[in-house]
Amino acid sequence: MLQPLIFTLITLAAFGVAARQYWRVYRNIKLGKPKKINDRKGARWRNVLLIAFGQKKMFKKPVPALLHLFIYTAFLVTQIELIEILIDGFTGHHRFFAGKIGWLYPLVINTIELLSVGAFAATIAFLARRNLLKVPRFHKPEMAGWPTLDANLILFGEILLLIGIFTMNGADAVLQGLEPDHYPETGPLLISDRLGSALFGGLSVGTLAFLERFGWWLHILMVYAFLNYLPISKHLHILLAFPNTWYARLEPKGKLAHMPEVEKEVRSMMDPEAAFDEGAAEEELPVFGAADIMHLNWKHLLDAYTCTECGRCTAACPANITGKKLSPRHIVMAVRDRAEEVGKKLESGDPQFIREDLRGEGVALTPENFDDGRNLFDYIEREEIHACTTCNACVEACPVLINPLDIIIELRRYEILTEASGPSEWLPLFNSIENSGSAWAMSQDRDQWTREE
Amino acid sequence: MQVPILADLIAQGKKPEYLFWVGCAGSYDARAQKVTRAFCALLEAAGVDYAILGNEEQCTGDPARRAGNEFLFQMAALQNIELLNGYGVTKIVTTCPHCFNVLKNEYPDLGGHYELIHHTQLLQQLLDEGRLKVEGGAFEGKKITYHDSCYLGRANDIYEVPRKVLEALDNELVEMKRCRSNGLCCGAGGAQMWKEDEPGDKRINIERTEEALGTGAEVIAVNCPFCLTMMTDGVKAADKQDDVMVLDLAELILQQVRK
Repeated sequence: MLQPLIFTLITLAAFGVAARQYWRVYRNIKLGKPKKINDRKGARWRNVLLIAFGQKKMFKKPVPALLHLFIYTAFLVTQIELIEILIDGFTGHHRFFAGKIGWLYPLVINTIELLSVGAFAATIAFLARRNLLKVPRFHKPEMAGWPTLDANLILFGEILLLIGIFTMNGADAVLQGLEPDHYPETGPLLISDRLGSALFGGLSVGTLAFLERFGWWLHILMVYAFLNYLPISKHLHILLAFPNTWYARLEPKGKLAHMPEVEKEVRSMMDPEAAFDEGAAEEELPVFGAADIMHLNWKHLLDAYTCTECGRCTAACPANITGKKLSPRHIVMAVRDRAEEVGKKLESGDPQFIREDLRGEGVALTPENFDDGRNLFDYIEREEIHACTTCNACVEACPVLINPLDIIIELRRYEILTEASGPSEWLPLFNSIENSGSAWAMSQDRDQWTREE
Repeated sequence: MQVPILADLIAQGKKPEYLFWVGCAGSYDARAQKVTRAFCALLEAAGVDYAILGNEEQCTGDPARRAGNEFLFQMAALQNIELLNGYGVTKIVTTCPHCFNVLKNEYPDLGGHYELIHHTQLLQQLLDEGRLKVEGGAFEGKKITYHDSCYLGRANDIYEVPRKVLEALDNELVEMKRCRSNGLCCGAGGAQMWKEDEPGDKRINIERTEEALGTGAEVIAVNCPFCLTMMTDGVKAADKQDDVMVLDLAELILQQVRK
């Protein structure tokens, strides 16, 4: 049979190309610094169950949450049907499980049908909301161009996929009455029995058979298209939301990441005996904070690849609300864009991306010697990170536990510690803390207030 | 006002239950000093055994850390930890959510382990235990709105205790639309207090104060010296300073406490 052969070839190609795409994402995430995260497993699984599976944080906005839930559950449940599609595709069977697993078969198919109707309505609603309703967070500057197209492409893709499912089931429902030998009884289909007879009733067996195949192929080809599209799209969240919630920080939001490398320096500076430690001054000082993705840790990069650009962070950001340039979503998107740029350049192996003093005969380009003269500050403006009030509204808002604030702080640390730059207005603050132990330079005693009134 | 100093008590062989960490704002800002004094008056009224560090207290380093200056933060923190550990301090109460957060969550990484309690939590405890008693009157029937500070709220998930303190007063608590975990920042955090705003359409404190004024409240209750400054400035900018008061929870309690 020709069909199983074509199917097998297409399937192998789809998975083969996808494997390479996902490997690239994995490699890019690993460009970040190592960080061990595996404590408190119970709390981590709880986050995965409640926040990724349970969509808990989505429900801060109930209407979009409900619409999103339809698409999400339809996606999850349709994966069961995919097992049958794969078996049918490889072997040339038609609906392999129909009639073999009793009531379970119509139960599964009908669940998929009902959820698919919900998903269809939700997709239309999302398209309308994105393009007609002008929800402000979908029209911020960072959404111009590809991000907006990306979002619409996914929604159109979902509609095509659903059309595939209903064309397949609808034509099949009619064919079951006409050619019971070739089209085994599926049991009553809540949607497709009606939809099929309304749309396809009276058509010839040949046309119906063609429609059924058309729907079947459209469905599976859309699945393969999605599989390969995800790694270059914001839609990757459907996979990465799960690991991202597992690896999310469990400490109170107010706690910033400790810098042991700074502690080492400060302790030796404060300890007069350790000050002249052997050779300590010879060592090249590490980069403090982050100017590029290699200075961030891999979890920051996982955050960036998990972001679906919903913009809830930005909509909650006090700086953004009052017209400042800072948009936490833009920070996260910039990290992903830069990771993609570095990944592509590393893949090219071009020696011009080797740090100048390390270039030489037979030296290969590696993440360690990479330097293309660019960094995150080519994507993110200084005034963005200066506008942050560290209020954690963005962290609180993210439905998949991305932490934009962590990245902003790392950028600030780089500015102050490595570049010795940053807003000059902060210099009096720093001087005052250093010299008088107070956030303001004051002439009065600290306990002056006890002697008044 | 007689405020016990830790060094004096230690010299007398006494060890108070709480160290009251006053913070830079509480020590130097004229408006925040009033909150500091109000809180001390409440501690005294309730017979709480406490002391302050006085002139030995130094900035926690919090604003430096949020600005990105980790060196300076750690230098300040290590000095404070040496002092606190030297005195054997175990319990710290503070009127500043920024000091609260940094002492509670960030000092442990550098060897400073203390039990932290925010003054609103301690006030709630004292009211619960009957060590502070309030009588109706001053705020009866008045509308009060409560502004969640970021560092008590989202940073440390403390939303309900300060509201319970407010419930102890006879007043009507009206919530802003953005409250609790959705609360809007006053604009001072992240070392913004020490710099001008980046270019934009509006100041954050104006946005927040407008929301607070929109509730029709006559009192905006806060729990943080920085929110106190920002909201007070916002009320002045709206020319409402004669109608609307911005007060710390300690001040609200003190006005109604039965002496």
